[in-house]
Amino acid sequence: MANRTIIPFGPQHPVLPEPIHLDLVVEDERVIEAIPSIGFIHRGLEKLVEKKDFIDFTYVAERICGICSFIHGQTYCQGIEEIMQLQVPDRAKALRTIWGEMSRLHSHLLWLGLMADAFGFESLFMHCWRLRETLLDEIEATTGGRVIFGSCKVGGTRRDVTDAKLAEIVRILDGMEQEIRDITGVFMSDSTVKHRMRGVGIITKEEAQALGAVGPTLRASGVAQDMRTLGYAFFNKINFKTITRTEGDCQARCEVRIDELFASIDIIRQVVAQMPGGAVDVEVKGNPNGEFFSRVEQPRGEVVYYIKANGTKNLQRFRARTPTFANLAPLVKMLQGCDLADVPVMALTIDPCISCTER
Amino acid sequence: MIEAQPTTNITPDTLVPETQKMKANGYRLVQMCASRLPEGLEVNYTFDKDCAFANLRILIAAESPSLPSVSGVYWAALLYENEMHDLYGIQFPGLVLDFKGNFYKVAKKHAFNEAASCTAPAKS
Repeated sequence: MANRTIIPFGPQHPVLPEPIHLDLVVEDERVIEAIPSIGFIHRGLEKLVEKKDFIDFTYVAERICGICSFIHGQTYCQGIEEIMQLQVPDRAKALRTIWGEMSRLHSHLLWLGLMADAFGFESLFMHCWRLRETLLDEIEATTGGRVIFGSCKVGGTRRDVTDAKLAEIVRILDGMEQEIRDITGVFMSDSTVKHRMRGVGIITKEEAQALGAVGPTLRASGVAQDMRTLGYAFFNKINFKTITRTEGDCQARCEVRIDELFASIDIIRQVVAQMPGGAVDVEVKGNPNGEFFSRVEQPRGEVVYYIKANGTKNLQRFRARTPTFANLAPLVKMLQGCDLADVPVMALTIDPCISCTER
Repeated sequence: MIEAQPTTNITPDTLVPETQKMKANGYRLVQMCASRLPEGLEVNYTFDKDCAFANLRILIAAESPSLPSVSGVYWAALLYENEMHDLYGIQFPGLVLDFKGNFYKVAKKHAFNEAASCTAPAKS
């Protein structure tokens, strides 16, 4: 029997600059077991509901993550609106959908760049981030922010976007689409890239469901589940297909994200084509009283906000279950039996966001 | 309403069998969380099957709280149970991987539930 060694991976690692720690139990070069540790930077934001009133808490929710900041704000506002039975104007719902899909686009492009960087493809990394930069410019032009949009509020959105600007965004996305196709073609067909990902880190459909996987990690294993099909925001008026793969390996998770880039562009086109007119917010009166599990599809998967209110300005309970937290168990499973050299690539394929997880 | 969210109230005795039923029926574990209420600790076990929501709910005492672990049914539950242990002081006998209070490196133990023992870490 080979000697067993425990190799610490993280919380600071050149390939994974996120504060997660894995104790990798290895025999020679093979990982036998991976034991995760998180909580190095747990912020306890959930407890802030005791100090911040439910309107102001939107700002806190947006700061849970710097990548899907907008969708965090949207998930929170949607939960409060459900409890208070607010009728959010269609234009606000449409704007939320556009900004949410722009968040997904820039998050997936960021991930593709990090992935390219992880297997040493520097020029590919730069091209992915160059495209992402164009999106961030448009986000800044419409919201004023590149990281924290500050555009969602309980009852609607804080700002409107002119129809001319929306048409310009569609034109820019039209131009980007071919460039994205060219760049992502490398991930889809390059033999050296596929060599690192095809057949690596397989999670079966049954395992993905049993382990509570979400998002591209779940869909790459053949489970067609996407919270956008619930029809929140403007999604009840949009035609889109849940993207899946059946292989369940690192390549499949990559391909799901690539296809989702094109799906997001198409969703934005559809929303702009049906853009309703009118106001972007409604007046909020009183305090929420009730509870709701607000579920929204973030780039990394389903995020769940449990909001419980008792009629006062401070919520009784706010709980955020982020997609990375749900994908930790599948990560641990996929690492069992892998080669040590594949650990960084496999860890990246769940698109870990520990900032979210340490809310 | 975006979706119906049915909740079933259960007791600690029926928690594991009810969870086993959810798994046998093909439900995915979505999340588990505790809430501190005036009447005690409310723990929610949320599931999903083809985007259909289901929730099991238990109310337990806030002092010396304890619940049977469901990590033997859903392995991923170990993360939620360690989280609830560290933030609320809930004990989970039968937990498949117990971080023994070190899952979250927080300055104040059981900060979300003052009724559980609240102790500051020893200064080094």
